[in-house]
Amino acid sequence: MSIDYSQKIPNNVDLASNKTLQRALEHWQPAYLDWWNEMGPDKTTTAEVYLRTAISVDPKGWAHFDYVRMPDYRWGIFLAPQEAGRVVNFGEHKGQPAWQEVPGEYRSTLRRIIVTQGDTEPASVEQQRHLGMTCPSLYDMRNLFQVNVEEGRHLWAMVYLLHAHFGRDGREEGEALLERRSGDADNPRILTAFNEKTPDWLSFFMFTFITDRDGKFQLAALAESGFDPLARTCKFMLTEEAHHLFVGESGISRIIQRTCEAMASHKTDDPAKLRAMGVIDLPTLQKYLNFHYSVTSDLYGAEISSNAASFYTNGLKGRYEETKLGDDHRLDTAEYPVMEVVGDKIITRHVPALTALNERLRDDWVKDVQGGIDRWNKVPEKLGIPFRFTLPHKGFHRKIGIFGELHLSPEGKVISEAEWTHKHRDWLPTAEDRAFVQSLMGRVAEPGKFANWIAPPARGINNQPVDFEYVRFN
Amino acid sequence: MITYDTDPSRYAHWRLAFDGPIATLTLDIQEDRGIKPGYKLKLNSYDLGVDMELHDAVQRIRFEHPEVKCVVITSGKSRMFCSGANIYMLGLSTHAWKVNFCKFTNETRNGLEDSSERSGLKFLAALNGATAGGGYELALACDEIAMIDDRSTSVSLPEVPLLGVLPGTGGLTRLVDKRKMRRDLADVFCTTSEGVRAERAKEWKLVDHIAKPQQFEEMVKARAAELAKQSDRPGGQGIALTPLNRKDDDKGYHYNHVDVEIDRDARTATLTVTAPMGRQPDELEEILTQGARWWPLAMARELDDAILMLRTNDLDVGLWQIRTRGDMSAVLEADATMAKFKDNWFVRETIGMLRRCLRRLDVSSRSMFAVLDEGSCFGGLFFELALAADRSFMLKIEDDFARAPKVALSEANFGLYPMNNGLSRLATRFAGEQAPVDAARATLGKPLQADQAAELGLVTFTPDELDWDEELRIAIEERTALSPDALTGMEASLRFAGSETMDTRIFGRLTAWQNWIFNRPNAVGEAGALKVYGTGAKAKFNWERV
Repeated sequence: MSIDYSQKIPNNVDLASNKTLQRALEHWQPAYLDWWNEMGPDKTTTAEVYLRTAISVDPKGWAHFDYVRMPDYRWGIFLAPQEAGRVVNFGEHKGQPAWQEVPGEYRSTLRRIIVTQGDTEPASVEQQRHLGMTCPSLYDMRNLFQVNVEEGRHLWAMVYLLHAHFGRDGREEGEALLERRSGDADNPRILTAFNEKTPDWLSFFMFTFITDRDGKFQLAALAESGFDPLARTCKFMLTEEAHHLFVGESGISRIIQRTCEAMASHKTDDPAKLRAMGVIDLPTLQKYLNFHYSVTSDLYGAEISSNAASFYTNGLKGRYEETKLGDDHRLDTAEYPVMEVVGDKIITRHVPALTALNERLRDDWVKDVQGGIDRWNKVPEKLGIPFRFTLPHKGFHRKIGIFGELHLSPEGKVISEAEWTHKHRDWLPTAEDRAFVQSLMGRVAEPGKFANWIAPPARGINNQPVDFEYVRFN
Repeated sequence: MITYDTDPSRYAHWRLAFDGPIATLTLDIQEDRGIKPGYKLKLNSYDLGVDMELHDAVQRIRFEHPEVKCVVITSGKSRMFCSGANIYMLGLSTHAWKVNFCKFTNETRNGLEDSSERSGLKFLAALNGATAGGGYELALACDEIAMIDDRSTSVSLPEVPLLGVLPGTGGLTRLVDKRKMRRDLADVFCTTSEGVRAERAKEWKLVDHIAKPQQFEEMVKARAAELAKQSDRPGGQGIALTPLNRKDDDKGYHYNHVDVEIDRDARTATLTVTAPMGRQPDELEEILTQGARWWPLAMARELDDAILMLRTNDLDVGLWQIRTRGDMSAVLEADATMAKFKDNWFVRETIGMLRRCLRRLDVSSRSMFAVLDEGSCFGGLFFELALAADRSFMLKIEDDFARAPKVALSEANFGLYPMNNGLSRLATRFAGEQAPVDAARATLGKPLQADQAAELGLVTFTPDELDWDEELRIAIEERTALSPDALTGMEASLRFAGSETMDTRIFGRLTAWQNWIFNRPNAVGEAGALKVYGTGAKAKFNWERV
């Protein structure tokens, strides 16, 4: 039986006439659906969710809203429009025409890059699969599912590249992407952070605010790639990623709002009293921020990286907004500052910029996170509450890179193992903190109703009212 | 000066643990403790210092732990077994340092196989994380390889695609020779920098067993127990390897039974090995009581250390004169004692130590002249030293039998100490001709003077007393004036006549190719692959095939 893939799978890659791709997808698509049913959002197969589906890449087409049962979601394959005459914009191949096919020389490196990126997409769906059961509102539930289906689509996007450009190996890697499982000791996802649990909605919002922002910067760096299909795929994924960041930032902002309102009306900043009122005290939010920030920071890898350097030189992965940067885009002689620990002092050392590209991308991400923090801080400021959120030092609670073997306080002081053991409970969520947050998680699934610990959003999705029935249960 | 002295209390990179018949060697490299400055040993990558500890650990298991039947080699790092030799170290090293380093690591790995084959000590590599390059080559030297199957861990030999050099520590050879991997698949494997994951690794015979993380430890235990069953090591009290009594000074290295005197100007060293003195034990109990003081072992350890010291620290000392002193009958008696008790584990290990030590001589890139002068005692085991040399000079004294130097053969010269080619030095010397070997054998135990030895083809030159000094001086001066590179190649080619084995292919073919590549601009030129690795710059090759 022939399937009309262009109907089932919205795309702009001429799927209908590509036999190789069709063959690949015939095998992969059923396996993907099996994976979604097994590992996608729990107990949701019949729910109708008000979702955005991309049906083309023009501004109207990628934001098409309607009710849809998630297994029927039309996961599409979209590449941003081809830029005529695009060239490789950095590294040794700078100025040569961008590659439309994988250069043999870089085949295995590119495959690895794509697989590592692709693996994070289903991983986060798996991490978040139980959250629907404890959603604070239909609005939030819908946002969760939107994030989930789009992570699913991002997996499709990566698998499309593997199928279209990497032959048999690519197909095998595509299958393996569906076989690994987040947190499974025998069969884990590739990156450590994607094997952690996302146990509650506070973690979910932190994850989408901070960790999906790592995704944004990785995608942005890959969107500069000299391998044009990868660049175009990532460029389009970025438009969706923006929504995930919004879900995280606004989610936390609404939690802060709710807590600050309670603080203002009861004139207290006593965490115990606030917790008794069923809201999350600000110091606990700061601890969650510290945790997610430091764990995600590790995703950028070691400060000095020969892999990152060769990715750049070979034109495979650029810097954030590469083409907007005003330098030679080769970095043969440029330097970049990285931190170094000498005894208990942290100093700055200039190293060849090529080898410090991980650090540079991390720094770009830090700036972006800081922007979000500044926006959060407007909430207490408006309500006259003196508390301000701050980002911990880059070296705080790190497992990878120069700080990996050390303990640093959030202020960036090198401290002893003993001091860390004594103080880390003040800086990172404790079991009690997590249990408290967990105790707040109860399902609120009535239109317009919100859990006590979170404020309603200022406006709804797609100009719908806040009390719109974002998810319909049958 | 670099020394090879260490013991478990001083290890920085390995942990050695014992559980009955199973020993576990855990690689957990401290990145800041490289043997030289300038690089960090990241990702469980090793340098000479790490391998010295491995060598010491295996020696201690051989002698101090006769209860150990199987050694499990694994990693203490999370998701990383070993990423091989440290690339930055290689980039910073001189050619000579790289070659000496690779030779030692090769000898250590061959030593694992030697112990498995001849001393019942089995090795299991437990790959609990990413395994690349020299890390996988270490695994290849083990009897079996167990690999974790977590869908991301891979084994790889990325040297060719990533570094523009070879997996030169036996890797290429063992893939096809030992593991019988098909050459086309080996070709694919060796050009895929990311390597292959567990399932395909098993399918391609790169590993023997795979297991999921939850079952991995259990599987390693089971396999180790299974390998231990193949061992005939008896258990019981071990022999402590006490520190060597070495004195280093301007003149050289001085031990109890071995002395190295270096003539810096002449660029020669004289290694003098001394026969046992005084009454030697002839009963097993006394041998075991003597332990590390027992002459065959004490001498072997000292000679082994002397070779390593010279190879590492005295690069321009291109010619070694090998001399012996003492009573030849004492050496022959030691041979007889070892032959009598060769089935005892300790004597077997001592013979193994001597075997590997003599092989170290065979592959040393130094000219070796055996000097059989008055007072020398090249009998039996010591005659192996003369056979290992590139040529020998035996003093002829016709009119005074007592004063004349003599040589004598024992059973030890007929197969107890095979070279890397699997043949005795005598058989190799006569390049497969049986008649001269038989003729030599007919003199078993008989002291032979210069003329007789020369007639049997056992020595090269036999100057008389009038000529002796000048002949020797001129030969040495002539030799030390020749190109050291040409000599290394010539000697290595002439020393191993006859059939090939995996070991000779590793030292002869793989090492030679590797050392050539190590010298080529495509690897070590300004834009060579090895040179630019880690900088992010792209290697620039001269595309001409040579």
